[in-house]
Amino acid sequence: MVKKYLSKIYMGIIFIFLYAPIIVLVVFSFNESKSRGNWTGFSLKWYIELFHDHDIRSAFYYTISIALIAAIVSTILGTISAIGINSMKGKVKALILNINYLPVVNPDIVTGISLMILYISFNMRFGFNTMLLSHIVFNTPYVILSILPKLKQLDVNMTEAAMDLGATPLYALRKVIIPEIKPGIITGFLMAFTMSIDDFIISYFTKGEGVTNLSIVIYSMARRGVRPTINALSTIMLVVVLLLMILINKRSNSIEKKKLKREV
Amino acid sequence: MDNAIIQLNNITKKFDGEIVLDDINLSVKKNEFVTLLGPSGCGKTTTLRIIGGFETPDEGEVYFDGQLINDVPPFKRQLNTVFQKYALFPHLDVFENIAFGLRIKKMDEKIISGKVEKMLELFNLKNYGKRRIDQLSGGQQQRIAIARALVNEPKVLLLDEPLGALDLKLRKEMQHELKAMQKQLGITFIYVTHDQEEALTMSDTIVVMNDGIIQQMGTPIDIYNEPENAFVADFIGESNILDGIMIDDYLVEFLGQKFECLDSGFGRGEDVDVVIRPEDLDLTPVGEGKLEGIVKSVIFKGVHYEMDIVANDYEFLVHSTDMAPVGTTVGLTLTPDDIHIMEKGE
Amino acid sequence: MKNRTKYFAYPYVVWIILFIALPSFLVLLYSITTKESNGLTTIHFTLENFKKFFNPMYMNILWDSIYLAAISTALCLLLGYPAAYIISNTHISRRNTLLFLCILPMWMNMLLRTYAWMTILGNNGILNNLFSLLGLPKINMLYTRGATVMGMVYNFLPFMVLPIYTALSKMDKGLLEAADDLGANKKTVFKKIILPLSMPGVISGIIMVFMPAVSTFIIPQLLGGNKSMMIGNLVERLFILNGDWNFGSAISIVMMLIILLSMSIMNKFDVDKEGGARLW
Repeated sequence: MVKKYLSKIYMGIIFIFLYAPIIVLVVFSFNESKSRGNWTGFSLKWYIELFHDHDIRSAFYYTISIALIAAIVSTILGTISAIGINSMKGKVKALILNINYLPVVNPDIVTGISLMILYISFNMRFGFNTMLLSHIVFNTPYVILSILPKLKQLDVNMTEAAMDLGATPLYALRKVIIPEIKPGIITGFLMAFTMSIDDFIISYFTKGEGVTNLSIVIYSMARRGVRPTINALSTIMLVVVLLLMILINKRSNSIEKKKLKREV
Repeated sequence: MDNAIIQLNNITKKFDGEIVLDDINLSVKKNEFVTLLGPSGCGKTTTLRIIGGFETPDEGEVYFDGQLINDVPPFKRQLNTVFQKYALFPHLDVFENIAFGLRIKKMDEKIISGKVEKMLELFNLKNYGKRRIDQLSGGQQQRIAIARALVNEPKVLLLDEPLGALDLKLRKEMQHELKAMQKQLGITFIYVTHDQEEALTMSDTIVVMNDGIIQQMGTPIDIYNEPENAFVADFIGESNILDGIMIDDYLVEFLGQKFECLDSGFGRGEDVDVVIRPEDLDLTPVGEGKLEGIVKSVIFKGVHYEMDIVANDYEFLVHSTDMAPVGTTVGLTLTPDDIHIMEKGE
Repeated sequence: MKNRTKYFAYPYVVWIILFIALPSFLVLLYSITTKESNGLTTIHFTLENFKKFFNPMYMNILWDSIYLAAISTALCLLLGYPAAYIISNTHISRRNTLLFLCILPMWMNMLLRTYAWMTILGNNGILNNLFSLLGLPKINMLYTRGATVMGMVYNFLPFMVLPIYTALSKMDKGLLEAADDLGANKKTVFKKIILPLSMPGVISGIIMVFMPAVSTFIIPQLLGGNKSMMIGNLVERLFILNGDWNFGSAISIVMMLIILLSMSIMNKFDVDKEGGARLW
């Protein structure tokens, strides 16, 4: 059918549009020369230069460590807070939720400068801590966002059933509520981690001397012009993200398969 | 009361300013099967939840075995609840669900195992221990929910419309199972339902509720045969309710005719409600009955025919194994025993 | 029990007052005060900073930002709607793959995606090299407004596709059958049923693209050079280069207002209340 043919062509064009730049990026990371337009031969020299670049290595270290710590802290903070918020009602709850979602809604640049102003007003020294703090601030709302729906879905009778059977509220929390919302907690953690790895603007405004992250490094390098080392870095980051996504996809698929198996 | 395991005194409960329970007084005896029966919103579930500890009354006292338990939280009360939607824990398998309460009591692993296995056998679910909840049918889930409650050997079991989600046949089977179990275990059951047939089948005592007030309390036979007001008469079984006037003791007039009846104690000339059960009306050849009417509709119900027969301007609902086609004129007859007099309701 | 658990939220309430409410308040404070020339801030409330913004030079930047964002949004809509439509009509077995492919770019660092276009559009980039190979003259593409728009469309297209797809996929197929049954041809069905019912998704998509587009500063800076200064760049410059916090805060407040306005419009048409990826 003509329609199907056209549809396929259209989607093909869209995907070429979406992926061509990335493919170009990757291909030219292996280019011999510095040129972005001419292919002169295969080479890994940009990757080697990447590994020797001290700035990039330290940026990598900071990126991963901040993302990991921020994700863990905001997941814990977010989970406890989501459970608390879920038990609230009325105008107070609405107000808290609205303030909570401000970092989600605001442009990063506004969140970034507002935090910068805060730190300066309190005479805080900029550095690892301010950047970490900022990450926790903007990550936690996303954790809460992914847990609250799961809490709402929780059968209200379930905690009552637990208590009816003799569980104290804390026991019910540990053994019933948290296992039930575990998917939300994991999603929240992954979201927080990804946000932190990717963040540029907020880190840009709240970092200190000597502390940087991958996005900021790319930005400063890109401002000075195109360099193949950036291509190499991009390729590595791309591969990592791809692997992560495939992993997550596989995980959710295998969970589905296990469910189907048991039903047989 | 000595024999009362649950006692509710003057319980009042409001939600958002609306009165849901209005001065409820209830006494539940040990080993009794009590059913709270009423339409949606009558307050029966709220009453149950107050007994369970999930709601606190605004006024009044709740006693368990003579002890005041108003301020005792659910996890400290010696009763267990079977919830309407079962509330089974999805992340635990069948065994762990049933064992939940026992684990909290920190019992020995072997003892827990023994009790849970016994429960599974009792409910015909042997070998289901490792199954996940979402793999079970509605009926199986329901039995797990009951097992999970009973394994803790509570003195009182609260059941909140547990059979609502089951199909008719299964429901009837479970009704008999539950009744038998209650007798066998010697536990007090407090059961909530809106299904009057269910209540009549299972209960020792029925408490009919409406608008937060207890309308009548009694055995199934009492409730059915001697409804105390129009609501109960209408809610339990089907009835024909007519306006009547008490001429004298044992004599009532309705539809322009006088009938002998078995009730007394009403004032002379007092307006009353007359209740006649559809199955108490019999068809007779024309002229031989106390009333005469035309058949408006006939529906075959398997067990009997359900007919609408208009006599003296009143449309009677008649259940009979006899049948007369639509449009024919028939006679209706009834004995003094079939006429129940009630005080005029609102 | 519910009464006890609500205490869990109390620490977080303190947290968000400190780290979200207070900073926002400080920005507001800076926007309505001024700095004396000797460097001291006067607690002197004024709308001077906002008035400054009404200067034609700054107004141009504002309108330019809105204009470029609007064009990008329109292009995303033009390209994205058919894509969403096609995906929603694909058999479910392949739908997930298509969606995955659409979402994947969103997971890649925005800087990288923008940088990729630098390599393509540059004077020594792929396209221009291709042109010279074919004997065509080189076109100056990088550091133009067109490049900025291209960058925005590229970055934000998935944000348009997803909400429209969601709206379309949630549509009751029974409605289409009913329309068919009543004699409507394909064009009418689309115009009178599919399009109106997908509107919530369209509005959602428009807002989800417009919001980040109007406030971004990376894209115009890397791809637009000096040709397209948007309010994002302006704010960054005021804070980092000029140190004029008061004016910068005022513009931030303006930006926040634009965003909040857009959000309230979107809330009225909310299709899918999921959080979604962070946008900018």
